[in-house]
Amino acid sequence: MRPLLQVESIAKFYGARIGCIDVSFDLYPGEVMGIVGESGSGKSTLLNCLAGHLTPDHGAVRFDTRAEGLRDTITMSEPERRMLGRTDWAFVHQHARDGLRMNVSAGGNVGERLMAVNARHYGDIRAEAIDWLGRVEITEDRIDDRPTAFSGGMQQRLQIARNLVTGPRLVFMDEPTGGLDVSVQARLLDLLRGLVREMNLSAIIVTHDLAVVRLLADRLMVMKDGHVIETGLTDQVLDDPQHAYTQLLVSSVLQV
Amino acid sequence: MITVENVTKSFVLHNQGAAEIPVMAGASLQVDPGECVALVGASGAGKSTLMRMIYGNYLTASGRIMVGDVDVASAAPREIIQLRRKTLGYVSQFLRVVPRVTTLDVVAEPLLATGTGVDAARAQAELLLTRLNIPQRLWLLSPTTFSGGEQQRVNIARGFAFRYPALLLDEPTASLDPTNRAIVLAMITEAKARGAAIIGIFHDHAARDEICDRQFDVTTYTPGLAA
Repeated sequence: MRPLLQVESIAKFYGARIGCIDVSFDLYPGEVMGIVGESGSGKSTLLNCLAGHLTPDHGAVRFDTRAEGLRDTITMSEPERRMLGRTDWAFVHQHARDGLRMNVSAGGNVGERLMAVNARHYGDIRAEAIDWLGRVEITEDRIDDRPTAFSGGMQQRLQIARNLVTGPRLVFMDEPTGGLDVSVQARLLDLLRGLVREMNLSAIIVTHDLAVVRLLADRLMVMKDGHVIETGLTDQVLDDPQHAYTQLLVSSVLQV
Repeated sequence: MITVENVTKSFVLHNQGAAEIPVMAGASLQVDPGECVALVGASGAGKSTLMRMIYGNYLTASGRIMVGDVDVASAAPREIIQLRRKTLGYVSQFLRVVPRVTTLDVVAEPLLATGTGVDAARAQAELLLTRLNIPQRLWLLSPTTFSGGEQQRVNIARGFAFRYPALLLDEPTASLDPTNRAIVLAMITEAKARGAAIIGIFHDHAARDEICDRQFDVTTYTPGLAA
């Protein structure tokens, strides 16, 4: 099996300051990788570099494209990268309003991604939208409502439906459960786990919540001050952390 | 099936004066298919540590841990994930699940992960829950609110759902009543009979003597404890 994503020596600087530096890893199909670290550790910078939202100053991000095999997404043309962003890639933002069109109906939000990959038949698009809204537990009678009329948890589920409707192979998630009630978080986690398994998705999840990565991620990467300081199997890094900072991070979690 | 060769392990507590605590030195152990070996030794001697090292939950400083044809001590995370999916099962003392997922789905999950269809996986889960005396009215509830003994039986059902060729059991009979204890021992005996290599920790000595073929004293390899 070959990797879906090969990341090599990624670095991003903000002037003289380090955003992230010397990040390399391979991600295989079906694998979920978590990136944890405190605010300012560079985890979001890294995620945005990988997803093509920021241009790194150094390194390569090779993606196994359906048509041409491994391609460096940093050097590919803007239209090609945008096409990937609409088809094989998905990006779930922390704030659903960054990933949704707030003045378009729920069905329209899901349908738009389908139209971007050339779906044209209104009935098909609407049926597909209803199917996906059902999978994220939004009832059909809400299809014509705008996301502004939805709760935070529903908005987040709608964003996930909008992202996954085109059958992506790689999903980037930035704090997908951040800012949600714990009861809503649990439901979302279960939904994400089921989708990852059913669709054989690969995912990269940035979060500061260690409980979330324990349940969702196979592998874990710990960042501090822009550097990757520890990587490994998720439960191994959390139960037998090697680096001083990871030990501090794990031992700082409040017990419920 | 499971071969541990000359493994060492120490914990370094960076935030507590960088204290280095050696916990294991030079341990070697082999478990064949169909065999059940009990890890013994006083509390703190390293029984759970060795078991967690075999599962890849704790890193191994040196030595080899072969499970099938994978060296857990040096394997990449994705190789260990694959190993855990199809070869190496682990019944821990505590149930750790996504909140709000039903008991039935918790037990069926290892089967779904290996490609069994939803219906077949749930049917198998129902059989196991029935056998372990989890009342049907609890199947569609999350096990997080169950009693200790019920949680442990759910954990065992989950651990036995897929027929792993190698199994690690940490106190599988600890908080069970006599009836359920006998059922779990029968399940372990059946797993042995179908050729599973099993390593267990049992404080229940009667259970240990009943199902284990031999004992492995971890104390021999605990630095500072060896006689």
